Amino acid sequence: MTSIPLVAVVGNPNAGKSALFNKLTGARQKVGNYPGVTVERKSGRLSLPDGRPVELVDLPGAYSLDPSSPDEAVTRDVVVGKQQGERLPDALLLVIDATNLDNHLRFALQIIALGLPTVVALNMVDLAERDGLIIDAAALERELGVPVIETVAVRRRGVDELKLELSTAIGSARRIRSAGEEDFVALQRRARAIAAAATVSETATRRWSARLDVIALHPLLGPLIFTAIMFVMFQAVFAWSQAPVALIEAAVSAAQQAVVAAVPEGFLQSMLVDGVLAGVGSVVVFLPQILILFLFILLLETTGYMVRAAFLMDRLMARVGLSGHAFIPLLSSFACAVPGIMATRTIEDPKHRLTTIMIAPLMTCSARLPVYAIIIGAFIPARSVGSGIGLQGLVLFGLYVIGIVGALLAALVLSRTVAKGNHQGFMMEMPKYQLPHPRDILLGLWQRAIIFLKRAGTIILVSTIILWALLSFPQPRAGETALDSSIAGKIASGLEVVMRPVGFNHEISLALIPAMAAREVAVSALATAYSVQQSDDAKAEQSLTSQLRGRWSLPTALAFLAWFVFAPQCLSTIAVARRETNGWRWPAFMLVYLFALAYIAAGATFWVATFLGL
Amino acid sequence: MTVRLDQLPFRTPATVTDVRWTALTPAEASRLRNLGLDEGVRIEALHGGPIGRDPLAVRIGRMTVAIRRAHAQTISVEATQ
Repeated sequence: MTSIPLVAVVGNPNAGKSALFNKLTGARQKVGNYPGVTVERKSGRLSLPDGRPVELVDLPGAYSLDPSSPDEAVTRDVVVGKQQGERLPDALLLVIDATNLDNHLRFALQIIALGLPTVVALNMVDLAERDGLIIDAAALERELGVPVIETVAVRRRGVDELKLELSTAIGSARRIRSAGEEDFVALQRRARAIAAAATVSETATRRWSARLDVIALHPLLGPLIFTAIMFVMFQAVFAWSQAPVALIEAAVSAAQQAVVAAVPEGFLQSMLVDGVLAGVGSVVVFLPQILILFLFILLLETTGYMVRAAFLMDRLMARVGLSGHAFIPLLSSFACAVPGIMATRTIEDPKHRLTTIMIAPLMTCSARLPVYAIIIGAFIPARSVGSGIGLQGLVLFGLYVIGIVGALLAALVLSRTVAKGNHQGFMMEMPKYQLPHPRDILLGLWQRAIIFLKRAGTIILVSTIILWALLSFPQPRAGETALDSSIAGKIASGLEVVMRPVGFNHEISLALIPAMAAREVAVSALATAYSVQQSDDAKAEQSLTSQLRGRWSLPTALAFLAWFVFAPQCLSTIAVARRETNGWRWPAFMLVYLFALAYIAAGATFWVATFLGL
Repeated sequence: MTVRLDQLPFRTPATVTDVRWTALTPAEASRLRNLGLDEGVRIEALHGGPIGRDPLAVRIGRMTVAIRRAHAQTISVEATQ
């Protein structure tokens, strides 16, 4: 075990814990998992004023030590030293929001009662001052019996004092007492009394947040603003990404040409050019779009707008048997269903939670973007339909809408059948609006980019190489194409029998197999399949887009899009659903119903489009 | 005069006089307590959702909380003048 001291950062949700954690540790963070549970473990290094290194771990936000979710359970288990894979912290950094003392002090009292050396960060004092609230930190320190430092997480204020207090705290003795002894109601009232005593003055100013809410939650303006934000978000994904995408494309093709020049023709050259570069390159190209999407989701989360959106959506969600609470994991699922499904843990109602997990894969995740983008780019003309709205963006928006409508209908059916039961409704904290801090946003984006590139470098790289091998052997005899003779081609021919009725050709059937690992592999698989078939001269010039244009009919392209709206082609999602529902029953159900929907949707699209003569 | 929270006009400062904790499930009750609900705290209904003015955005103490009208019915309040 490492011998460097461990400090755990604890606090209520929305106390500004993570921002303070980022400020203290900087960009050098490690994101992992606690063993056995899918709770994220975020840690970083901090140097104390005397030069000693300390490991800082950011625990999930909690309202009390009586956990009501797996996240809160981890927080409780860590601070009492019972969490598997984590040593008992040497000290705690307790973050409380100065503008919400009543509630945050209650959890603070529970934490301090544990007897671990504790330093309190009285956070967001700037917001408190702006609200006309003056807190006497010294009085609070006397009442709580532990050091209290005023901080503003996004600035440097208080950081040096915190480090100094932590270095004293780490040396001092732990006097462990048992947790959760005191009656909750008594604790709550004691917290309120302390808060009242420590509040020097409170001017009744109309708060900034309250004023914004008048607009954001307005019965008419609210939904309009919400729709506008969603629309801008999806337009931006396409519009802003064009320049960086072109740059990456150019880099990939330059690399291919370099390999062709440097490596003698044959097995190795083919593997590098057709397998690795064509495959991985075609996926990495979508990094800009994925990052733009994550940027919006991070902004919505950190500004506090996400919960307002949940509020606006609650009635609509109630109609299909869910609550506004489900909206947050569902919106995160637009980035990726895996964190989305993990975020369902904050939904306390087990039936709501199950339904949300089941429909989360219908939200258009970022892995579908490469697939959508390539097909839209190839088949939908890039013209404007007026007032700055592009047709391509509109089609993309439409695909998202189909996914959402499909999800709502699925929820309606599920909540009346397999997930029937009493529902708890919708209760959640609406945090203050906050200006996002560029540093925290960039750090979040950086972590996402790394995760994506790691995927491209592992799952996607391995599956493209395997696919390339399956496509290249055995070598075609005279009069045969590589696609007919190869092992992969033979497998695809079997699948094609099933897929032909919905308009899918041989290459699509082939691409669907490796896409089971991750959806975006479909693009690299198509790239590899067409690349292998081609003569060497044509290779460098013809992009995947122009290949597709020449070989697919429009109904086939549309059916392919419809398939990917519904198809559960992502092993990670299935795996996380298994973990979160404790068994194979629900993920199996998920696979079956989503594949059935995908098949029906692709078939319907193909035949309607064919009938319309598209 | 005591009214139920769902009947309290918007932006009328009030105090919680009584909560029918027994009408709530234990999980609901503990969640509402976590969100700061208790007898004697200041409360104010701020906004209603776009459809049927449900859910409600309610200020409890210094915190704004979203709850549905169905749960607001269990909370009795008295307007502070």
